[in-house]
Amino acid sequence: MVEIENKEEKFRELEKYIEEVNYDPSMLINILHKAQSIFLWLPQEVMEFIAEKLKIPKSRVRGVVTFYNFFSTKPVGRIQIKVCLGTACYVKGGDKVMERFLDELGLKNPGDVTPDGMFSVHDVRCVGACSMAPVVLIGEGDFYGRMSPDKVPRLVKKYKKMAEEIKAGGRS
Amino acid sequence: MKEIRVCAGGACVASGELAVKGALVKALKDKGLLNEYKIVETGCMGMCSRGPFMVVDDVVYAQLNQRAVNEIVEKHLVGGQIVEKYLMKTPEGKTVERAFKEHSFYKNQVKIVTRNLGIINPKSIDDYLEKDGYKALEKVLKEMRPEEVIEEIKKSGLRGRGGAGFPTGLKWEFAAKQKSDMKYMVCNADEGDPGAFMDRAVLEGDPHAVLEGMAIAAYAIGAKKGFIYVRAEYPMAIERLRVAIKQAKERGFLGEKIFGTDFSFDIEIRIGAGAFVCGEETALMASIMGERGQPRVRPPYPVQKGLWGKPTVINNVETLANIAWIIRNGWQEFRKYGTEKSPGTKVFALAGKVKNTGLVEVPLGITLRELIFDIGGGVPNGKKLKAVQTGGPSGGVIPASKIDTPIDYESLTALGTIMGSGGVIVLDEDDCMVDVAKFFLEFTVNESCGKCTPCREGTRTMYEILDRITKGEGTMEDIETLEELATVVKETSLCGLGQTAPNPVLTTLRYFKDEYIAHVKEKICPAKKCRDLISYVIDPDKCTGCTACKIVCPTNAIEGELNKVHIIHQDPCIRCGSCMDVCRFDAIYKVTPPLKVDAKV
Ligand SMILES: Cc1cc2nc3c(=O)[nH]c(=O)nc-3n(C[C@H](O)[C@H](O)[C@H](O)COP(=O)(O)O)c2cc1C
Ligand code: FES
Repeated sequence: MVEIENKEEKFRELEKYIEEVNYDPSMLINILHKAQSIFLWLPQEVMEFIAEKLKIPKSRVRGVVTFYNFFSTKPVGRIQIKVCLGTACYVKGGDKVMERFLDELGLKNPGDVTPDGMFSVHDVRCVGACSMAPVVLIGEGDFYGRMSPDKVPRLVKKYKKMAEEIKAGGRS
Repeated sequence: MKEIRVCAGGACVASGELAVKGALVKALKDKGLLNEYKIVETGCMGMCSRGPFMVVDDVVYAQLNQRAVNEIVEKHLVGGQIVEKYLMKTPEGKTVERAFKEHSFYKNQVKIVTRNLGIINPKSIDDYLEKDGYKALEKVLKEMRPEEVIEEIKKSGLRGRGGAGFPTGLKWEFAAKQKSDMKYMVCNADEGDPGAFMDRAVLEGDPHAVLEGMAIAAYAIGAKKGFIYVRAEYPMAIERLRVAIKQAKERGFLGEKIFGTDFSFDIEIRIGAGAFVCGEETALMASIMGERGQPRVRPPYPVQKGLWGKPTVINNVETLANIAWIIRNGWQEFRKYGTEKSPGTKVFALAGKVKNTGLVEVPLGITLRELIFDIGGGVPNGKKLKAVQTGGPSGGVIPASKIDTPIDYESLTALGTIMGSGGVIVLDEDDCMVDVAKFFLEFTVNESCGKCTPCREGTRTMYEILDRITKGEGTMEDIETLEELATVVKETSLCGLGQTAPNPVLTTLRYFKDEYIAHVKEKICPAKKCRDLISYVIDPDKCTGCTACKIVCPTNAIEGELNKVHIIHQDPCIRCGSCMDVCRFDAIYKVTPPLKVDAKV
């Protein structure tokens, strides 16, 4: 099992949100978004917590989580690299940018996490910035347009430095 | 006070709008001009590839950075001189001062839906009110009966902009006729087509226009409650909607007893979670209710049985952004644009291999040629137009030979594609049509919700065949199977996703069958795109031995000493193309079929 840091604090924050939306089960997706923003991904115990609070079956929560691409039931990197593979980005070579990121970070597949837990690379569908294709989003919304594979190593270097700082500082 | 408008649309923010605005404020302060100018951060100004933008005295400055801003403040604002080097250029290389009036990209546009984009601050309800905002809602509530509103929209001929083109007035009429204690009005802001950003721009640039359209629709059909379903990939749109809803409530344009009448209406935001099928209306409703977004068979239609079993109207963002304009200006005015069967305008997101990428609003019925060449400026880098893709994964490709076709619902359908939501991807000679079909099929395989077999299994099998063909392992029989399967999936799938998923395959087969056959029979990819069918080669006459390619090669497949001609070993080469991207001497080229052995120099 993966340890969750500052667990109690995080669950408190989640419960506060569930309270704000009046324990309304139709708000399940919004609640899961909130949960994922707090925990980065959706561990089993978080899903169970939500089911309990909303008084709905666990299977329903799980069913919803697995249906939607946005939710992750396995850990993701602290710094997520999202490469757009929407149509505009694809025809402008987004797939090659993706490949280069995986290569530079020594990862095999999108969704895998580096051994230190810091990075994962994901493909996303059109972020609505097609005129800047190919597009990459890193971390908390850093945006890079008109990307090319040869710009990747420099970016990886930059974020590796940031990762070191996060590790040294304990938490982000 | 004079206005300086700065574009704060998605793409401009991404390319440094904040720094530009910061520099502007500082420069104005330094010159003691801060009190003389009002800085307005607006929605998308359209030509996203040239941002960040700034507009002073109607003069449009593009591709700005901090230094440019300082210079413009110094020379233009203080000195009264237009700074030529930051102006926009026409495709012919002529600089234009008032680009929004003079540049071919803007000149031919008609702004109804995007009327306030690039003009007002989307975060300010006062800006919206100044542009006659909420006047249409007031008129409707105080002077018109619901039937009259519906009649007006019916006469305008407005058709749904979410893809299918269903007449909006008719949809409202069906819903209005339903007897029920509760009805819902839903705005579909899922914008799932992976190459489209029109709805995003409208939500971010003029959110009140969407809210006003929803309120008018709600009055017409008798709904008390509304939902906007926005995709999670658009955090800025979600934020701006939140702000707009709050403001509208504070001013009494939403909530109880609007304009002192008996009409009450409230709107809530629901966020998607990355499932394309949720753009389909029945799946969308399931998702709003917090369930798995699986579609169901229609009928019953949402107007009969929608959210929580109650009559529900679902309209697209752009459809709704037309409403207030039509009410204020009248249906006759709206019909001045577009064609008899497709009146009004359409917003398109131009992207791909076209010089001017961005957002354009044009009257329906103009030709693809006008859209791509006159407005888009044509294909860059001297390449030839090959095809145009419309309608995303539900649409198809239109070959270059058919670009004089007018853009309207019926003409596009006749070509085998659809209008769709407005994504237009321009493809050039470097794009392989089998690969394009495969790209979209991969998308639908991933996005098929799995509920019905034809869609789930059929798209997968089609994808596998396409994959084989792009690898040079396909047979002529495969092509036949592909055609048959496409027809079956189209006819037997449960929802629009499956019913339209074969379109990319069917259209590429219809217009580019030769290319399929070349992959199968000759094992070549004529566009030199499919990796298994090409090799990268160095031209010894052009190579200067600069080692740039050798350095970037991720697999160390390139050998050569400084100042000596390099070679690419075909075995380790993964054909990523990095070497070709960095070569400044045009010394690397692609060949098809691939080389079998190392080409020794
Ligand atoms: C697979 C699929 C995806 C769709 N995605 C969208 C979408 O992203 N946005 C949208 O407005 N309509 C989408 N639609 C169309 C909706 O089902 C519906 O027709 C539309 O929202 C109705 O609004 P309109 O009449 O104003 O166009 C999609 C349909 C299908 C079958
Ligand atoms: S396709 Fe990548 S941003 Fe639209």
